Parts: sequence; structure tokens; C-alpha cells
Amino acid sequence: MARITMREAISQALWEEMERDPSVFILGEEVGVWGGTYAVTKGFYDHFGAERVRDTPIAENAILGAAIGAAMVGQRPVAELMTINFAFSAMDYVVNQAPKLHYMFGGQFKVPLVIRAVGGGGRQLGATHSQTPDAVFAHFPGLKVVSPGTPEDAKGLLKAAIRSDDPVLFLEHATMYQVRGDVPDGEYLLPIGKAKVQREGRDVTIVTYAKGLELSLKAAEDLSKEGIEVEIVDLRTLRPLDMDPVIESFEKTNRAVIVEEGWKSYGVGSEVAARIYEQAFDSVDAPIVRVAQKEVPLPYNRTLEQAALPQVPDILAAVKEVLK
Amino acid sequence: MNKEKLLDMYYQMVLIRRVEERGAELYQAGKIGGFMHLYIGQEAVSTGLVAAREPRDRVITAYRDHGVALNCGISANEVMAELLGKVTGMSKGKGGSMHMASVEKNMWGGHAIVGGHLPIASGLALGDQYAGNDNVTICMFGDGATNIGYFHEALNLAKAWKLRVLWVCENNQYGMGTAVERASAVSEIRQKAEGFGMSNERVDGMDVLAVYEAASKAIDTVRRTGEPSLLEVVTYRFRGHSMGDPERYRTQEEVKKWQDNDPIGIFRRQLTAKKAATLKALDEIDARAEQEVQKAVEFAEASPEPGMEELFKDIYVEEV
Amino acid sequence: MADTIAMPKLGFDMAEGTLVRWVKKEGESVNKGEVLAEIETDKATVEVESTASGLVRKLLVDEGAVVPVNTPIAIVGSADEKIEAAAPAAGPKPKAETPAAKAAVKTGPASPTTTAPASAAGPLKASPLAKRVAREAKVDLAKIQGSGPGGRIVRRDIEAALTAGGDQPPAAAVGFTPVIAVSQADESIPLTRLRQAIARRMTESKTTIPHFYITHEYKVDSLLDLRRQLNNMLGEQEKVSVNDFIVKAAALALRQFPNLNAVFQGDKLLRRGNVNIGVAVAVEGGLLTIVCQDADRKPLRQIAAEVRSMAARAREGRVKPEEIEGSTFSISNLGMYDVENFVAIVNPPEAAILAVGAAREVPVVENGIVKTGWRMKATVSVDHRVSDGAEAAKYMQALAVYLEEPVRLIL
Repeated sequence: MARITMREAISQALWEEMERDPSVFILGEEVGVWGGTYAVTKGFYDHFGAERVRDTPIAENAILGAAIGAAMVGQRPVAELMTINFAFSAMDYVVNQAPKLHYMFGGQFKVPLVIRAVGGGGRQLGATHSQTPDAVFAHFPGLKVVSPGTPEDAKGLLKAAIRSDDPVLFLEHATMYQVRGDVPDGEYLLPIGKAKVQREGRDVTIVTYAKGLELSLKAAEDLSKEGIEVEIVDLRTLRPLDMDPVIESFEKTNRAVIVEEGWKSYGVGSEVAARIYEQAFDSVDAPIVRVAQKEVPLPYNRTLEQAALPQVPDILAAVKEVLK
Repeated sequence: MNKEKLLDMYYQMVLIRRVEERGAELYQAGKIGGFMHLYIGQEAVSTGLVAAREPRDRVITAYRDHGVALNCGISANEVMAELLGKVTGMSKGKGGSMHMASVEKNMWGGHAIVGGHLPIASGLALGDQYAGNDNVTICMFGDGATNIGYFHEALNLAKAWKLRVLWVCENNQYGMGTAVERASAVSEIRQKAEGFGMSNERVDGMDVLAVYEAASKAIDTVRRTGEPSLLEVVTYRFRGHSMGDPERYRTQEEVKKWQDNDPIGIFRRQLTAKKAATLKALDEIDARAEQEVQKAVEFAEASPEPGMEELFKDIYVEEV
Repeated sequence: MADTIAMPKLGFDMAEGTLVRWVKKEGESVNKGEVLAEIETDKATVEVESTASGLVRKLLVDEGAVVPVNTPIAIVGSADEKIEAAAPAAGPKPKAETPAAKAAVKTGPASPTTTAPASAAGPLKASPLAKRVAREAKVDLAKIQGSGPGGRIVRRDIEAALTAGGDQPPAAAVGFTPVIAVSQADESIPLTRLRQAIARRMTESKTTIPHFYITHEYKVDSLLDLRRQLNNMLGEQEKVSVNDFIVKAAALALRQFPNLNAVFQGDKLLRRGNVNIGVAVAVEGGLLTIVCQDADRKPLRQIAAEVRSMAARAREGRVKPEEIEGSTFSISNLGMYDVENFVAIVNPPEAAILAVGAAREVPVVENGIVKTGWRMKATVSVDHRVSDGAEAAKYMQALAVYLEEPVRLIL
């Protein structure tokens, strides 16, 4: 076991897969010479060369379209969107082309593409650079959407995504790169589409992922001091959504709080809550509470931004609310 | 070019014509649904182009793709079946008119978003670059697609990264219902390549032999130099943009004028002048094509619909 | 000469009254007709007017004293008259209650009171889990007090009930608001005068009067239409209710069946000359019967106005004695509680009482075809000593003539 950061975990996954399979290559803005704007690909350019670590023009359609084309003819590109917010400039490729090519042509085409994108708010980057639009991308059949919350999950899932023959949107969080966690030694993969219980408890089920996981773990410590033990189920993959551990936990606790950084309306929580009500109606002892970002574009001002984002006190309040 | 190849080209053009005409009839009979974009009038473009390629060169086009599919070697049976939505279509009935393709025949679709496949074409060439071969990707698109962002991003990338793409613009004078002069900054599409420092040519698209010659030269240039190039092919579609187009944007006289320059007619005259074929031989080819289409329609109509389980197949390569 | 004011007889069967409050104090001047005191009877708290003018020289009873009728309670005279001290009448102090809570009962349908059970306000609220656990453990949710938001029954409440109300259920977390336990101690509630009176009178009625009951279902389509038409012409404060129609109809029908408007007197029957319809009004803690005198002669509008204002006063505890006296036949209407049909107890000394249910839209058969129609059931309870089934049934038919062709009420 090694204790590494999320950034290191992602970087290691990329490096190992590039070493292992020559058809894997990286493309994106500033991924090469710069080393990546989040330093994930630092050192890659010197080691793997300009062809396998391709700096692209600022042209998301070209980047993603080219990545799709290359994937269709046997390469395994890992395209980077500098931020998930730039996905909107190339929305066609993310949701209209990549997820549909395999289906529309009767299974003839494969798109073994990984799109890595950084999302989330909290660094005063303003409304158009701070979104968490995960639910939007999770809406589309044909795309897989992965969002790990621990270094161990990040490394194992990214490797799996690169080896997968399906297009995978791999979501990273701008303020989680320095989160530390234990990572197994040696080679390991994790299954896409499987949620995981990150903390056991008996009083309330918290369903969350990514940044929400980090906040929920902190909230769990505070709650434990008051004698409330929450069970945290980490979704890890948004599509396909694995509800089995969620339902199993809910049938034990009968009360759930869903924590996400995106907006509440039409969000991940809406989907999870609907499925809990559908699949475990007779186990519901209280209405499900959702913790999410306030329904505002994220402002620049630090205090306002922090007030808009979900925080640990919001989770504490939600847990108390659901226990009433 | 030898006689066989010439007559084969002629056969392909007539086959396309007949498939499109039957397709129109079936559409109006309600047996084909959705959008359908006919290639009638433009047969010389894809026929000349595909005839000039090596089998290892990739072809990708937009939604006016039936002719391209046939030229690449996809059978009339599969084309008709896909139009009728049958499971024997090359896309199992799940793509329809705009999504014909065959990996085996190196035909990469059939794409519905205007300009959307251009960056993908750059990607195909990028993949070949990684593979270390000198395959050329032939990317076909209309005049309308040259105004959208994808066009510029794709051409720019291809030039910057030295990708082997031959960009073929089928300029049929209209982007849907809007004449080129109204939509584009320049009416001569080839000029747009200049902005990318990219070599470019213009050719008469009603003359299949002229197209063939220009395409051969262009493909060869791309292959040799490893740089992309643009070929503007001036053509005309005799029918509307798609089925149901009331064609208010052009006059009947104009259409008639172009129909007098029917590419099939032009090629017949050339073949007989070259003594490559007699009129009777050409008529026999016509009949053969007619028969083939008839069989294709029968095949398609007799084919089964996809089963309900097909609805949930091919969403992922690896189902979870 | 000083005047002695005595405890007045405010009802024909009033035996005593409680002097609740002196409005005038000793030494104050009072005019004849001015309110001197508030007195509580079995029926209501009423304001008692002075029968003399002068100075209040002496108040002979304390507030709260229960005084038999005709006992002197005050002396009013001139300032310099010699007054004999009279012994104040003492009595047990009744529980202090608000005037609005006092009312007398004259009629008593089977269960008119509105003591609601703990969870009767709307449908039962229980989480899906609680419902399932209750179902499996065969616990009656209606008996459980919910501790969740809004009184929702949640699992811990079922568990608390199962563990005999003692321990906390194991799943509850320590450190937040504990479960509100249902009290299991007996609670003794003294009866109000009103309640005692109801108890006494209804027992007397049921044990001495041989009751029989006739139910009739009325087609009220035309009545509802006519009411709608009339109300369109009337202001908000003047609208007529269904019950107003029934009061008039019952009164007119009684003219045809005088035995039901009578008093049993052992060896004779006293047929009353007036038709005074008593209308039961629910008040806090009980029931009051307000009386519409000569209802057979009053137009619908007047009946509506009188009943409305008397009922309002009754609920506020300000009803006048003559407004709750002298009924010859009573009507109790529980239609507003969605009651389909019920049976009332005759109020002595009357001979009959009409219990009315709700008007409902139901499937009906007319000319062999099933359609919908509006129907209302009423049951007359009759003293068999003065009348028989056939007569009562015919009375109900006579009532039908007025209720089903209500335009006759205008004639």
C-alpha cells in the first residue's frame, strides 16, 4: 500500500497504460509541453514524446472529433478537456456522436475513447468555469460516466476506462487533486458501474460521490461524536448507476441523504431518490433529503461562492433533518 | 483506364440512379420513414472519387450517402434493407438512410450532423498516422458544411498535424435551401483552403472522368506529401434537399438546365465516342442495374424487422 | 320599598342556577331592564336583567353560588332604606369554565359531540416503513401517536408500542429529541353542567319513552336546484341552507299530523297549537336547541335569518332564554359531517324528533334506467305512546311532498 494523492493516482494510471499499450495516447490543450494545467501529465512529454502526448489547438470539436475517429480505427485515445465546462463547446461529440456510433451502425463501430475532464467549483473561477454538470452527461445511454472520490478508485477506474471499448467520460475534481489515500501496490483494475460502501454505519445512508464523498466523510466524523453513525455509499460511476449497495444500505437504515455538488434540480440526487422510492418504498421511514449546490450560477466572491457550494454543516443539518 | 473499369463505373452510376428512384417511390408509399437525401444528379462525384481510391483508403461522408455506400461495394440489398429499417440492413435497421457504413468496405458512414464528421475524418487519419501507414481518408461534405465550426477546426488540425485527409466538397450550389452566395463568404469553396495554407482544386462534377482524374491526382498528392488537400467538385442535385422539399429556392428552368447535363447522359456519350461500349451494351447494363434494384427491393421487403431485443443491443460493447 | 331580586326561572324545567358573575356591584345604581348578573343554567349562560330601578343595596349570593329558583339574590332600593341582611346562598363552586362552553341540551342525537380522537384530523400519517412494520406486527396504526414531523408515525413509534412503551427502540440514535411517549395514566374529567344535564335527560328519554323509528329517503334534486336559484338572488349573509327548507317543510307537514306535534300526558295527549321547530346546534362541550317559533307561518328567508342569528349567538354563549324554550318538535341535522343516516333520541316533553343525513349524489333507478340523483335520508324517532308506525310513515311521506316539490313551500 502506498499513500498517494488523487493527482498521483490519475497520473500513475495514465503512465502505466501508456507503457503497457502503444495504442494509448493523450491529446488535449497544454497536456504536453506545459505538463497539463493540473500537472497530471507532468513529465509525460519528455518520456513519451510529442506524438503520444499531443498538444492540440484550442478547438474542442477538433480534439474530441479526432479522438473519436482515431478510436474508431484502432487507437485508444485519452482526450483531455481542460475543464468540463469546455465540453459544451463540443457537446455534439460528447453526447451526440461518441455514445451513438456503436449503436447507430448496428455494432460496426467501436469508440474506445476516454475523455478526462476537470469539474467543480470553489476556486473563484466564476460561473462559466465552475460547474458540475455531471447529471447532464449521465443522461445519455451509450456513454459511461465515471467519477471517483478516492485515489484508489481513481487509479483503478481510469485504467479500466482506458481498457474499455466504450466511450468513458472520466470526471475529476479541481479541488480534490491533493486528497490523499491508500492505493494497492501492483497492477489492479476496478469495475466500472459498481458503487462502494466507503464507511459503514447504521443510522442514515448517505449516497454521494467525488467531492460529496470528501465532505460526507468529514461530516461522518462529526456525527459520530454525537452518536450518529452514517453509512456512506460512494456511487463511483454515474452511468451505469449501481443501486444495489444503495438499496441494501437503505433497507438497513431506512433514511437517506444524497450529497452532490451539482444543482439539486434535475440532478444526480433526483435520479437516486427516485430509484430508492421505486425499489425500496416499504423501507422508507422519512422523505429523502438532498444536499446540493444552491440554484445560482457560482459567483466570484469567495464567501458567496462558499455559501453556494454544499458544505459539511449542510450535510450535518440534512442528517438531523432526516432523522426527525 | 481499361474498358471493364469504365463500364463498371457506368453500371455503378446507373445503379445509384435506380436505387434512388425506387427509394423515392418507397418513401412516398410510406415504407421509408425519417429523412432521405437523394443523390440523383451527383452520381459522377462519388463514383469518380471512389474509383480513384485504393481499397485501403477510407471514405467518410455526410447523409447523402446511399450512392457512396454502393460505390464502396456495399450491396444494393443491404442499402434497400437499411432504408426499410430491416435487420438485414448494414446497420441492422438502427441507422436508416443517413447512417450507412461498412468497416469491411472501409466506408465510415453516413453522418447526420452537418460538418460533424469532419473532425472525425481528421481522427481517422490521425489513427492511420499512428499506425504508420499512408492510407488516405477521403472526407466528403457539402457546401453548407464549409461554414460551420467543425470544418475549420478539422481542416486546421489536419494541416497542423499533417494528416492525410482529402477534403472533398460536393458543391451542389445549395446548402439545403440556401444558395452558396447567400450563406458563404466566398462562393468558390476551394478558396477556404487557402486560409489553411492547404492545396486545393476545383473540378466539374457532372463529368465522371474529370472527377476521376482530379481525384486520382489529389489522392496521390495527399498520400505522397502527407498533407491534407481540398477538392471542390461542382455538381447539382436534381431532386430536393430531401424528400418533401418544396424547392421554393430554385426555378424549374435552372433544374432543367442542369438535367440537360445529366452525368449519366454525359458518360454514355463519352463511352460511345471512345468506342468503349455500344449503345446496346449500355442498355443491357441499364437493364442489369434495373434487375439488381428490383431484387434488392424484393430482398428488403421480404427481410424481417429487427426483434425487440435489438432495441437494447449495441448500446455498449461491454454491458455492465 | 326595596325590591328583592330572586333567581329567575329561565326554563320550564329549571330548578336552580349558578350565579356566575355580578355585573352590578353593591352601591351601583341600576335601571329596570339593565343587566344585573350572569346566571348559568343547564342550557346556557344568560344575562339577567334587573326588575327594579335603584341602587344595588345588597348582593345576597356570592359569585359561583348555585341558587335554587326563586331564591332572593339581590336587593335593589333607594340609598337610605333599611335592608335586612339575607343569608347568602352558598353552593359548591363549579369548575371555572368559559361561557362559550356552557350550553343546554334539549335534543340529543346518538353521538353528536365532537371529541376528536388523537389522530382524527385528516388521514393517518405514517411512513411506508411504519405501515409495513405495523401490518406485520398486527399493530393498529390508529392507536399509535406519531413522533415524526407533523405527527407522522415512524418505525420507532411502532417499536415503542411493541416494547410496551418502556424502552427506546434500538434503532434510534442517542443525542437528539427523544420519542414522545403516549401517556398511559387514567385521566378523570369532571362533567360540566351541560353534560350532566344531557346525561340526565337522555337517560330519562330513552328509558321512559318507547321509541320507534321510520327512515325515508328523499329525492332532493329539485330542492337543491331551488336553493341554488334562491341563493343567487341573496347576499352572502342571507343565503338559505338545506336545513331551512327542512324546518319549514317539517313544520307544514306537522300541521297534517298533529299527534307528532304533541305532548304525552299520561291519560291524554296535548296537541300543541303552535309549531315551534327546535334546531340542534353544536356548541363547545355539547348541544343547544334553538327554537324557531311558528315555523309553519314564516317565509323561508325569515327562518334562515332567525336560525342563523340564534345559532351564532348560541355558539358564543349569548343566547336568550326564550330562544331555547318552547319547541314542540325538533330537528337534528348531521349532514355536514357526511352522515348518511342516523337516529335521534326524542327530547321530552316532545313526541318526535327528525334526524337528517347528508344529501348525496348516488346511483338511482328511474324508469328502469340507472342514473345519478341526489338523495337525502331522514329518520323520525317517535314516542309510541302518541303515535304509530303508519302515521309516522305518512308524516314522512307528507314531508316528501314538500321536500321533493319544494316550490310548494312558497304557497
